[in-house]
Amino acid sequence: MTGPTAAPARPRRLSMASPRRAVAALASNVVLLVIAACFLVPLAWLFLASVDTAPSQQTRVPTDFTLEHYAAVLTPERTLLPLWNSTVLSAGSAIVTVIVAVLAAYPISRYNSRFNTPYLSAILFGTCLPITAIMVPVYSLFVRLGMLDNLAAVTFFLAATSLPMAIWMTKNFMDSVPVSLEEAAWVDGASAMRALRLIVLPLMRPGLAVVFIFVFIQAWGNFFVPFILLLSPSKQPASVSVFSFFGQYGTVAYGELAAYSLIYSLPVVVLYVIVSKGIGGSFAMQGAIKG
Amino acid sequence: MAGPVIWSVTISFTNTALTGRNAKDPSWVGFENYTRLLQDPGFPVSVWLTVVFVVASAVIGQNVLGLVIALLLGRVGRATHAIVTTIVVGAWVLPEIVAAFAAYAYFADDGTLNQLLAGIGIDGANWLYEFPMLAVILANVWRGTAFSMMVYEAALNDVPPEITEAAVIDGAGGLKRLIWVTIPMIRGSIATNLMLITLQTLAVFTLIWVMTKGGPGISSTTLPILAYQEAFKFQEIGYGSAIAVVMILIGAVFSVLYLRTLRPGRDA
Repeated sequence: MTGPTAAPARPRRLSMASPRRAVAALASNVVLLVIAACFLVPLAWLFLASVDTAPSQQTRVPTDFTLEHYAAVLTPERTLLPLWNSTVLSAGSAIVTVIVAVLAAYPISRYNSRFNTPYLSAILFGTCLPITAIMVPVYSLFVRLGMLDNLAAVTFFLAATSLPMAIWMTKNFMDSVPVSLEEAAWVDGASAMRALRLIVLPLMRPGLAVVFIFVFIQAWGNFFVPFILLLSPSKQPASVSVFSFFGQYGTVAYGELAAYSLIYSLPVVVLYVIVSKGIGGSFAMQGAIKG
Repeated sequence: MAGPVIWSVTISFTNTALTGRNAKDPSWVGFENYTRLLQDPGFPVSVWLTVVFVVASAVIGQNVLGLVIALLLGRVGRATHAIVTTIVVGAWVLPEIVAAFAAYAYFADDGTLNQLLAGIGIDGANWLYEFPMLAVILANVWRGTAFSMMVYEAALNDVPPEITEAAVIDGAGGLKRLIWVTIPMIRGSIATNLMLITLQTLAVFTLIWVMTKGGPGISSTTLPILAYQEAFKFQEIGYGSAIAVVMILIGAVFSVLYLRTLRPGRDA
């Protein structure tokens, strides 16, 4: 499978074909496949344990195949309610984030200001601020404002934490919409907001979808924030409720844990596959800030 | 985002608590939380474990392994490329809590790792109790390498092939080419990647908490776990905030280091 036919996006040194290169290519394949095997084993456990009649911590091909673990967890209170809560949290924060990110990114993208570079640097720093570091003060803030165990408040907080990254991505997508299109609208007397709504947004719809899904995936997988801020089981999202399979009464229901984990993971895996191209683009952009 | 930081610092100078008199009417205690922190024998251990965790799992593990995989990916065919990236990204895209469960089962006493070791005739250890830091470090490498891999693959694609070809003609071998040509070309991406994965790893809570709960004892209690325990289990918000401030400071020190040593020149 080596040779010039593979992946046109990755240019290779065609002229250097030699027996030594063939050996090197074979070695690369072997090393990579060994690494992949090491990465695969813990993942394989999830799949195998979820269909094993006698699941344990060991990875093995089940002797008796069963779907009973899936049947056991697919009940309204164990699965549907937590997944619904997850959906409310993730979709809610993604909607809020996209709206705010568009409003914040528009002036950064369209007007040159000497505050832009420091602002973008601050955003980049905000992107990576450890969430565990701000959780303690945020909790006390929630207590003081009486917002503990409040789904809407947690939704807004999740939106706030994903905003820096979202503004960053939205700005990059917006930069690729040519300004000349809006200038025409301005000449015709449209306000900046109107131009944004009628010209820029429709053109960057795929980009907005990427941002939306990106925030959605992050919120969906977030365990720490709802774990701290939501107390009643009826409000907890799947990331927290999955914990009830683990260590409750000292025993772990491995089969149900694995089955539920997979059900819970499915949406983000599907969404990731949908946007993987767009996210790949944003990785390259992270090199965009220099010096 | 500046709000929570300022709020953190402010609260860390008070004796705010969740219950009791100090919850209603917290008072200013100056550096008391910090002096108490310095006297706490668990604190230096925790700082040390955090630094070990970040350096071993992010700076060395994820960063180097990610670069190696990205370099190798450029030399293999489409099928290997697809298989490897799918599996590596799979560990990364799963929700953190699910990855944590999988890692727990993998390292557990009668888990997969010991099963594999027994298969080749080695007596495994009770990893989560005897070597908790090693287990969480490997788990974090497993989970996080995909990010570095993707960053470096994107960066390597931006390196013009003419330059590496010129180096080959000049007689530079693989390793020399890597050190003198490729790495300098992508040092901007290296700095950004190191900064991002360091701060991400600094914040890791779920993985460690699910796997070891910081134990046994305090032998895998990194700063996020310590802050969680002080703030939520022992309900001392002010003290917990002081730990959070230390965490932010460590992140800032790492970031400045990267930007200083790896800052791209004007030509990069």
